[in-house]
Amino acid sequence: MHEAWTFSDYLLLVIGAILVNNILLTRFLGNCPFLGVSRKMETATGMAMAVVFVMTMAGSITWIIQEYVLIPFDLEYMQTIFFILVIAALVQLVEMFLQKSFPALYQALGIFLPLITTNCAVLGVAVINIREGYNFLQTVVFSFASAVGYGFALILFTGIREQMEVSSIPDFMKGTAIGLLTAGLISLSFFGFAGIVE
Amino acid sequence: MSVWKDFTDGLWKDIPPFRLVLGLCPTLAVTTAADNGLGMGLATTFVLVCSNALISILRKLIPKKVRIASYIVIIASFVVMVELFMQAYFYRLYIILGIFIPLIVVNCIILGRAEAFASKRPILNSIADGLGHGFGFTISLTIVGAFREILGAGTLFSKITLFGPHFMPFSFMVKPPGAFICLGLFLGIMNIISRGRV
Repeated sequence: MHEAWTFSDYLLLVIGAILVNNILLTRFLGNCPFLGVSRKMETATGMAMAVVFVMTMAGSITWIIQEYVLIPFDLEYMQTIFFILVIAALVQLVEMFLQKSFPALYQALGIFLPLITTNCAVLGVAVINIREGYNFLQTVVFSFASAVGYGFALILFTGIREQMEVSSIPDFMKGTAIGLLTAGLISLSFFGFAGIVE
Repeated sequence: MSVWKDFTDGLWKDIPPFRLVLGLCPTLAVTTAADNGLGMGLATTFVLVCSNALISILRKLIPKKVRIASYIVIIASFVVMVELFMQAYFYRLYIILGIFIPLIVVNCIILGRAEAFASKRPILNSIADGLGHGFGFTISLTIVGAFREILGAGTLFSKITLFGPHFMPFSFMVKPPGAFICLGLFLGIMNIISRGRV
């Protein structure tokens, strides 16, 4: 079905994943860290980078596991367990690798890496890749683009939220409640992109 | 009656996701209709009760250092059970909830209760805690789902039509931005209601 994709197909896949079907705002994946780390710009950029890094790797590796381990051995029903274990192990490995080899990057991403294991966007993208029947290249492109979309929405949201610190909000709406309303408005603006890509 | 208290805590004092702001992704994604919310809530309740019970039984055996990984494996096993069960008996719901069934694994309510409660308490209390928080989550999801469904489609539980033939559905409510704004308002209302109490 997805044989012989041209460059423009990939471009549409990227635009679709970043703007039209933004993983955070229209697919609702990864909202807990979204509301958790969006208070300061530095933490938000750190989280965004960590997500791009881990999601691209996790998407590719889970695809390989699905194709070469689960399907040949008829273990597709174990997908959930395998994927979450792979993601948890991967996050640990990445953390250890960065700590040894790239201490500066580890300093920047350090505290966000463990949080990513329970970021449902990572597992979500891994599962979407399989359900959509993407091939390996499409999986890599889609995982990366989704992660960029996640980071983009997170950074946008943080920018607005930093401004809200100084505005006067009714007491009962403070914190998560107004955060969700803001996310709703951002989501509405992303809604304008609907229709560019199917 | 501490067991009873553990049960009722989850139903009001820290009802997820309003008071215990966890598990937002499924709340936003599946509440387009009341019955979807109910189904998702019950599936989560099952996983929560079973994983709480098993973790509580094994709490003295699981070494501290690998506890999170062990919890995730336990939770993932029950999620696979729910997934297969729903695929066999509730196929329509299984299709609608889609990737959010495997994503119960990374629902932070379940891991949160495992870490904060079941890993320290005896089995009876843990089951009560799981039931309470599970039912609390189910009730919240059903209410939000019903609210969005009534306004967005004019029906309830996909069967009962509430308004006459001239009803114009407020379809914004069932679209992604509506989910964020609706949940934000619900959180605000909960804050007003509980302000006098806590």
